Order: sequence, then structure tokens, then C-alpha cells
Amino acid sequence: MVKKRILPLTRVHEPMQVEVEVNDGQVTDAWVSGTLFRGFELMLENRDPRDTAIYAQRICGICSTAHAVAGALALEEAYNIQPTPNGSLIRNLIFGSDFIQNHLRQFYVLTLPDYARGPNTSPFRPLLKGDYKIPKNIEEKLYENYWKATEISAKAHQMLAIWGAKAPHQQTILPGGVTEKPTAEKINMFTALLREAEKFVVEKYIPDVYTIAEYYPEYYNIGKGYGNLMSYGLFPSGPGNDKHFKPGIVEKFSRKPSQLDPRKITEEVEHSWYKQDEAQHHPYEEETVPDMDKPQAYSWVKTPLYNNKPFEGGPIARMWINEKYQKGVSVNDRNIARALELKEIINFMYLWLEKLNLGQPTLNKHEPKPTAEGAGLTDSMRGQLGHWVKIKNGRTAHYQIITPSAWNYSPKDKNNRRGPVEEALIGTPVESLDSLIEVGRVIRCFDPCFSCSVHVIKGNRKLDKYLI
Amino acid sequence: MLSRREFLKLCMQTTAGMSLARLLRPEILKALDQGEITRSPVIWLELGSCTGESISLDNTLDPDLKRLFLEIIDLRYHWLFIQAQGELAIKTLFKTVEEDAGRFILVVEGSVVTRNDGMYNIVLDRNGQLIPGIQLLKEIAPQAKHVVAVGACAAFGGPGAAYPNPAKAVGVQDILNLKVINIPGCPSHTEWMVGTLAHLIMYGEPELNNYNCPTMFFGKTIHDLCHRRSDYDNGKFANYPGDEGCFYKIGCKGPVTYADCPTRQWNNHINWPVKAGIPCIGCANPHFPDGMMPYFEHLPDIYLPGGKTRIEKIGATLGGITALGISSHMIGSILTGRMGKNQIKGTQLREPNPGEKAPVQEKILDNLEKTEKTSQELVLSKLDEILRYQHNLNIKLMKKPSFLKKLKFWVKKKDEK
Repeated sequence: MVKKRILPLTRVHEPMQVEVEVNDGQVTDAWVSGTLFRGFELMLENRDPRDTAIYAQRICGICSTAHAVAGALALEEAYNIQPTPNGSLIRNLIFGSDFIQNHLRQFYVLTLPDYARGPNTSPFRPLLKGDYKIPKNIEEKLYENYWKATEISAKAHQMLAIWGAKAPHQQTILPGGVTEKPTAEKINMFTALLREAEKFVVEKYIPDVYTIAEYYPEYYNIGKGYGNLMSYGLFPSGPGNDKHFKPGIVEKFSRKPSQLDPRKITEEVEHSWYKQDEAQHHPYEEETVPDMDKPQAYSWVKTPLYNNKPFEGGPIARMWINEKYQKGVSVNDRNIARALELKEIINFMYLWLEKLNLGQPTLNKHEPKPTAEGAGLTDSMRGQLGHWVKIKNGRTAHYQIITPSAWNYSPKDKNNRRGPVEEALIGTPVESLDSLIEVGRVIRCFDPCFSCSVHVIKGNRKLDKYLI
Repeated sequence: MLSRREFLKLCMQTTAGMSLARLLRPEILKALDQGEITRSPVIWLELGSCTGESISLDNTLDPDLKRLFLEIIDLRYHWLFIQAQGELAIKTLFKTVEEDAGRFILVVEGSVVTRNDGMYNIVLDRNGQLIPGIQLLKEIAPQAKHVVAVGACAAFGGPGAAYPNPAKAVGVQDILNLKVINIPGCPSHTEWMVGTLAHLIMYGEPELNNYNCPTMFFGKTIHDLCHRRSDYDNGKFANYPGDEGCFYKIGCKGPVTYADCPTRQWNNHINWPVKAGIPCIGCANPHFPDGMMPYFEHLPDIYLPGGKTRIEKIGATLGGITALGISSHMIGSILTGRMGKNQIKGTQLREPNPGEKAPVQEKILDNLEKTEKTSQELVLSKLDEILRYQHNLNIKLMKKPSFLKKLKFWVKKKDEK
């Protein structure tokens, strides 16, 4: 039995540490941890609530839009307002553009170098030891697409900026809609770029994902995990709660998704560097203090549970729950579901563009309420994202964020049950203990993002007691 | 090779559809070809960051990432891009530090986490020992030819160090006793980063302002360059984001933020916040985000030990540096007659709305007169306290005695009044 630690696990957003126990060339146990703590939720307390949707984005540069959308949804619930139809559509377009950017970068920049060798120069050299099975001429084609994908994803951010002013960290999404207005010129520019992206996704991205799967068929059996899938739903399709990707829950690879009940979401900190608290808490009530001396803890990520069980999120969960891809859950399946999902999203984007109503308002002007509370639940690129906000005296009194990577990369829970990624790692065959390239493949198919998985809630500070 | 003067002209001359990098690339390639410059090794360290600057760098279109990585820089270590992981990645990093000492450019993204000796941000495992970001930075920075801090967090602490700063994060220059070139912004514009790198490779250090930001990008205020500037001069003001008119009254931080967003625009010259109907939030200002919040009001919140307080409570003196900058700008404009009569009418402050309690200059001055406690001494002592507490302000302002002098003079004048 050998224990090995990978730090840094590269080609993820922000640092990450993985420890694996290897027996006879197979992973038999795993510990995944986030190693950066910033404490974003504490910073969001006591701010003007109007700022939170814009500020909360700073938690993550790759999926910033997701945090803006969730933040705006939470405030909309708190203020009891609805975005205007145009506002909702443009928000979807902004969010959709960010999906194009994210999915292409996830596959080409983060995942591809695990399977195919790039040009003979940094940053593609030195090369990890591994089983590179793809013939040279196909590798070259894949890397042509690598560079093209970086260009298309930059253009996807250009699409985002048409409505969102800039990217990353767009600035137009507010509770009630967006500030940017649709014009024929913007719609034309957007459509042209969308066509270019669609062409690339259909002609290159989807075939490339299948190419990898073809040369590495064993990865249909690696990284299966619990088969517990979860989605909060994605892209509102009109007034009310209807969404293009509907929310739901799947347990143990079941083909029949069931209803999601957000009240069953809890978090615990048994193996996280936070002061112990006996009970599990709903995000509205959670209170925690950082504590690096805790002996059994190994991560800054907490353990979110649904109905007391770990759940994974992401494209595979959305596609499965919406019955669009149910072939299996594995490393290859996750990558394939992500690519197919992007095509679906692009189709929706054409639909939203058509529905835009020139001259109609994009922002529902409203008065902020001094006391309120609300939750904003949406799926982001890599899974289910929730923002919970409480407002008192016109200020945020409590802010709580549970990110998709917290769900996917959570450490073990009280009963020593592994988090979804830790579970998926079990049984992964390992050839070289020095490179552990296979472990990286399993982890990267979840689209890891650690900047935002790490979070803390309330400390024992007393605010508002200081008067001058 | 392009002369430095011509280069700067190129950097500052940005028109739609003509990216900075497109103008630069042929020149860089020519210089590389003729052996005037060499492909510079680059080490990119991510500390307490959101990866925003890396993604922003990804957004470079001209030169695209391929040309940047294969022709212009030699990216030895950046954990978003390198193929290696774990031990191999660490070996590559230290090999570059050793072999290219004095040659490589160190780019730092994200704030430096100092809590628990930096253990709240562990970046690598060297022979079984966990190394925090701050230690790695201190170890390799002295070997670098240039140290560049990209993004608000690396430059000044930024969002990573916002109150109450749970990770005790600071900017790179607060840790190193070295010259650090700051490229602020949240995130930094890709052209600010690529342009600065190009300048470093071709001519060495660019001209810097007081905050060590390159003046070619951060030489003028957003307000001066803004295409809604005529609305300001004509007194046409917006009352809600998304409306027509200048956003001055709803908290635009353009007058105190030095950056060329209005002319350069974002993501290949597509758009920028004011054009899209939302006030500037001052992300390139050294006091972002605490000094710039609330985004939709003139005056920033002030954070004090034990909590945050509204500006009215502590009196106009402490109205934050932002408030001082913004209001003095407007007073100046009125005095110099730059604004017409309708402007003065237009700036008449609307009644604070009860949900929002917009703190306005007059109101604060009234409060100052009403409150017994705001004597000069008390105000100044509190100011000291704030300066000490707010790390950024501490570093930036304590070095500027003229600022304190001005402030004392201002307090005295108000008190007499």
C-alpha cells in the first residue's frame, strides 16, 4: 500500500491537493482538498445588497456569470420582483456565452493534455509519464483545434461582453434584469459570433470528445462514482419557475429522476478546517469559524449533503435528469455529456435571440426592501450553485454560498462516506506512481474550480456594536 | 526595432477593431527575428485569486494565445496551462528559477494570504513539506528580472483582502522589498497585461505612476475619457442604472479611477460598463473594493474595528478618499464655470429615498454641525485608527503627508464654520 500526494494538481482553477492510497496498481482510497481560504461570505456581510450580485462574482473568474445570476435571483426572491422578459432573455444569453467559453476551455485547455501530446515546448513540456495512445497525426489535428478553441472561447467572452459590458466579471446583471438594451446591431453581431461557435462545436468539439473516448474506451468504466446526480435547473424559460433544463434528483443511476426539495440541503464540517458544530445546518442558519488545528480535517471545502447523501452535479446530471443522455456515468460520459449539452444550449440561444423585443425595458426598476431574505438557486457550468441572503436594516446580515465544486469535491462526511469525486477515484488503475496521470483524468472530467469551493460563514464576531 | 516613443503611441492609440496586440505583434516578431530580443521565460504564480486574470489572458485575440505562448513568451510555469502536475511541475518551476535567474519575468495573480504564516494558501508540496504561497513568492521573486502583479488582488489586496479580510491578504508589494509593477483591474484587461509584458520584453520597465501602474494605460481618469462626459458637462444625469445620462449621481467611480476603459473597451473593443448602462465600480482604483462601495452611491462605507459604519456617523472628514476625490472634482468644475447653469440645477441632490438613505454632501455637512462628537481631535484620532486598520489605506496614505495635511486643514475649516 502506498500513499501519494499530488500538490499542485495543475490544469484546474486554483490550487488543489489530492492524496490517493494505491494498492496493487489501483486507487483504494482518496482525499481531495482545497488549499486556499479567502472567506468570501464574510466579506459579503454588511454590504449594500445592491452590490452583492456584482461583488459575489469575484469569488470565481471562470464562472463569474453564474454567481451574478444566483446573486440576482436571491435578491429578486428577497425583494419579490421578477426580471422583465427582455432582462431574463439577455441574462440567459450572457450566461449561455459563458457556458461556451467554459466548456471549450475545460475540454481543450484542461483535459486534452492528459490524453494527447502538444507541441514540443512549454507549457506542454515536460510531459507526464503516461499511456498516450493517439497517433501523431491525430494529435496534431487535436492541437490545431486546441488553438482554435482558445480563439472561439475568447470570442464567446466577446459575445458575453456585447450584453455584459466585459468578461470575466460582467457588470450588467442586476436584480430585475440587466442594464444593457437590445439593438439590431448587437443582435447581428451576437448571431454572427454564435454561428461561428456553433460551427466549431458541431464540427470539432463534439467529434474530438468522441475521438478521445474511442482511443481510451476503458474510461467508460473508470470514475463512475455513486451515480447520485442533482441539478437545480438551468435557464428560466419564461415567467415563473419553468426552466429549459429542469431541476431534479437521481439516485444510484436511476433512470427516473425525482423532484428536488431545497429544504433537504444541509452542510457539515466533520473533515473541514472549521470549528466543530454538532448538528447539520441549513444554509440560512450555518455558523462556522476557521480552525486549522482540527486533527481529522483535511480540506477547506465543506460537505454539503442532500437528504444526508452526497450528490454530484454538472452537465452529466443535467443531461441525465432531462433524459437527454443516460448512457452511463464515467470519465468519458461526463466529457461527452458536456459537449452534447453545449449544442443544446446553443440551440436555446437562437431561440432567446428571436424572442428579444426591441424597445421593451430590460430592467425592472424597484425599491430595495430594508428587511428580507431570499435564495437564488441555479445550475452553473459545473453543477448546482446556491446563494442565500438575509437582509436587515438595508444591509446584508448573512450571506451563504454553496458552490458546485463544494458538492463535487467535498471531503468525507461524519460517517466517513467519501465525497463524489473521492468515490469516483476508487478503482482507478494507476501505472506510474510518479505521474498519476490517470488520477488527473478522473478529477478533470468534473471540471474542477477551487477558487470558489472554499468558503466560510459566520464567525463569532459582534458587528454593529461599535459606535462613535 | 520600434522606438519606445512609437511603442507608447501604439499602446495609447486604440481604435475599434484594431487591437493593441495586433499592432505590436509584427514589431515583436521582427525584433525576435533580428535577435534584438529573446523569448522571455515567464513564471505565473496564482496565489489567493479567482483565476480571473488567467481567464482574461486567455481572452487575448491578437496575438492569439498560440502566438503569445509559442512566439512571444516562454510560459514555463502556470498551473492552468502546464501539462505536468505534482512533482514534475514543481521540478520545472525550480529549474526555471535556477537556470534563468535574472532573466525570467514573474507574474503574480491573486492576493498574498498571510494568516497562519500563509498556511491558508498552500501552493505546493516540496519533498513532503507544504509550502504556502507567501513563502514561495519570497523565495523566487528576488531571482526574477521583473515582478508584475496582475489584477486588483495582487496589486493592492483587492477583493481578496476586502473587509474583514478573513485570510489577512495583502498585495504583492506589501510583502516584497522589490519593485513591483502593478496592473490593477478586476480583472486586468488582457491588453494591459500583454502590452506591459511586451514593453518589458522590448524596452524594460515602462513609465509608472505613484502606484507603480504603467501610465500608458492608467494615465487618465475614466471620467476624462468617458463618452458620457458631455452628459456630465451638460448636466444630464441618470437616476437609475440603465438610464441615459451621466452616472455621476448614482455612484460612478469614473472620476477617481485611472484607466483607459472608455477608449480601449473590453473583449476586443466590444463594450465597457458605462456604455452598457452601469456605473464604473472603480475596479482599477487602488482602494477597490472597500473604498468604492456601495457601488451605487457617492460615498463609500467606512470599516472600523468592530464593524462598518455609515459616513454620516463619523462626519464628512472621513468621507473616504473616494468621496473627497469625487466631490472636489465637482466643486472644481462648478467653480471653473465648466458646467452651465442647467448643470448646477441638474446636480441638485434629490431627496434621499428612505430605503436607500443616499448620503449627500449637504446632508453630511448638516450632520457634522449637529453632532457634538465630531470635534477635530476626535475625527483625526478616528482617522488614524482607520488608516491603521485599513491596510491598503495605511500603506498608500501614510506615505503621503500632504494628504493628511490637507485633511486637517479641511477639518479645521469645517469646524470653524
